[in-house]
Amino acid sequence: MDVPITHDLAADLAWPQEGVTRVPFRVFSDPGIYAEEQKRLFRGPIWNFLCLEVEILRPGDWRLATVGETPVVVTRDEHGAIHAMVNRCAHKGALVCLQERGNAKALTCVYHSWSYDLAGRLQSVAFRHGVRGKGGMPEDFDTARHRLEQLRVEVFCGLVFGTFSDATVPVETYLGDTMARMIRRNLGRPHRILGMHSQIIHNNWKLYAENVRDSYHATLLHTFYTTFKVNRLDMDGGMLLSEDGRHSISYAKRDTLQQSDEYRKVHSAQYGSALAAPEMLDTFTEFDDGVTHCIQTVFPTLVVQLTLNSLAVRFFTPRGVDKTELFWIYLGYRDDSEQQTRQRLMQSNLTGAAGLVSLEDGCINEFVQRGTRGSEDRNAFLEMGGRDVASSDGSRATETGIRGFWQGYRKLMGF
Amino acid sequence: MREAIEDLLCDYAETIDSGDLERWPGFFTEDGEYQIITRESHDAGLPIGILYCGSRGMMEDRVQALRTANIYEPHAYRHILGRPRLERQGEEFAVRSNFCVFRIAQDGDTVTFATGRYLDRIVHDGGVPRFRSRRAVLDSRRVDILLVLPL
Repeated sequence: MDVPITHDLAADLAWPQEGVTRVPFRVFSDPGIYAEEQKRLFRGPIWNFLCLEVEILRPGDWRLATVGETPVVVTRDEHGAIHAMVNRCAHKGALVCLQERGNAKALTCVYHSWSYDLAGRLQSVAFRHGVRGKGGMPEDFDTARHRLEQLRVEVFCGLVFGTFSDATVPVETYLGDTMARMIRRNLGRPHRILGMHSQIIHNNWKLYAENVRDSYHATLLHTFYTTFKVNRLDMDGGMLLSEDGRHSISYAKRDTLQQSDEYRKVHSAQYGSALAAPEMLDTFTEFDDGVTHCIQTVFPTLVVQLTLNSLAVRFFTPRGVDKTELFWIYLGYRDDSEQQTRQRLMQSNLTGAAGLVSLEDGCINEFVQRGTRGSEDRNAFLEMGGRDVASSDGSRATETGIRGFWQGYRKLMGF
Repeated sequence: MREAIEDLLCDYAETIDSGDLERWPGFFTEDGEYQIITRESHDAGLPIGILYCGSRGMMEDRVQALRTANIYEPHAYRHILGRPRLERQGEEFAVRSNFCVFRIAQDGDTVTFATGRYLDRIVHDGGVPRFRSRRAVLDSRRVDILLVLPL
């Protein structure tokens, strides 16, 4: 569908005067807004998650990623430095790297053999001086003036981030203290990938961004815990927000007895549940802060989870205005015992495309996408837990995390 | 033996496609394993896939969960199976076969939901052939929407 981009989307959209407690349904389906997000948001002063550092360990390793819809390649050069470039040849714009991951000394476009080093600098072009003295580039052609478009890169706790903007503050500043501390807690040790898959969800990417910040829906939509009488509702927990509101941590503490447990002691089925195989929820204690469930979001599209012993990074990437790919990368620590890896495997059943407490998210956002068709001029109502954007220590019956997302979104988009 | 194993594979698919999922765990030995994993992870020797059951009990929990707890739009599968290859290894048979699973939504929308290979270890369990392990290796890393019914 060909829809012209409105020049002043902000005026045209007219965000409701109630502010972040209302969201115009139109933002989930308007191709013009979607196109603007590619420029103002994904190429704006934010850090986009690109990949994990463990995916590109050796010199010459590369891995494809996307920033919004822009194809990106992340490399590690011969000196160990990490680079990220738009995966678009400086010549005709073809994709340069075709495989999802690989290892090479140089990146060469298959179309006309323009070849780049691992930092994206053009090294050579085919037939530069012509063939048998005829043809070739003009005399003043200079390889130094052509390169793959570069992103700035920062690595934090093994997470590789990239940004197009010179105005983006350093990653730790971007995250703020609370957020940085939790990422350091969960990913600050050497880790390795235990498995990965993705799922296509048929909704706008922002519906999933809301969904992972929505601590209100967790025990209502995902009824596995309650149906099987897994002790959960009486857990202490809360919702922590970064100072700017756009990143969040939803956390829970399983019980207070937990804290006195020996570090990493395996304790069997505390859950007085109705499960035939309660060993799925056997856990070992990893941290002495009592936090047993933690879903952390980093604006705009990254999630770090440690649910019981299931450690994972999720990220989602727009594939069109009403289509999103959600990736799940399951992790373990490099010094995990075989038994600990086994428990991470058992608890991987909780999340992912077939997750016992997450599979509903594969369809619920699509239900919103479908439900709001024809109602683009109406708004969502987000007043659970108040109308402000602030941490909610002690209660997860709140939509403060979602309001925080919209606060960050509106600022970037000028809405 | 080939006939008995082919019957097992057909019964398994028919049972899932007909929606009679309570019978699904019975195709496995008591300590039977079932896993759905992407080809990418399988080839890399990674332990975590998309779904894992380490016992019949875990399969029963899955069925109980999808009947009473999980929320999703009603749908059904249709399995198309390829001819299995059998290899006797001691008391068990290593069996490989291809599958294609269509997903039929309540509005009639029919899509190719999954293609891949079953890697099975089948034993005689009290005179009946059962899976000691069944691994569905998916050709694609992507699942459309969600996965709740076993493959």
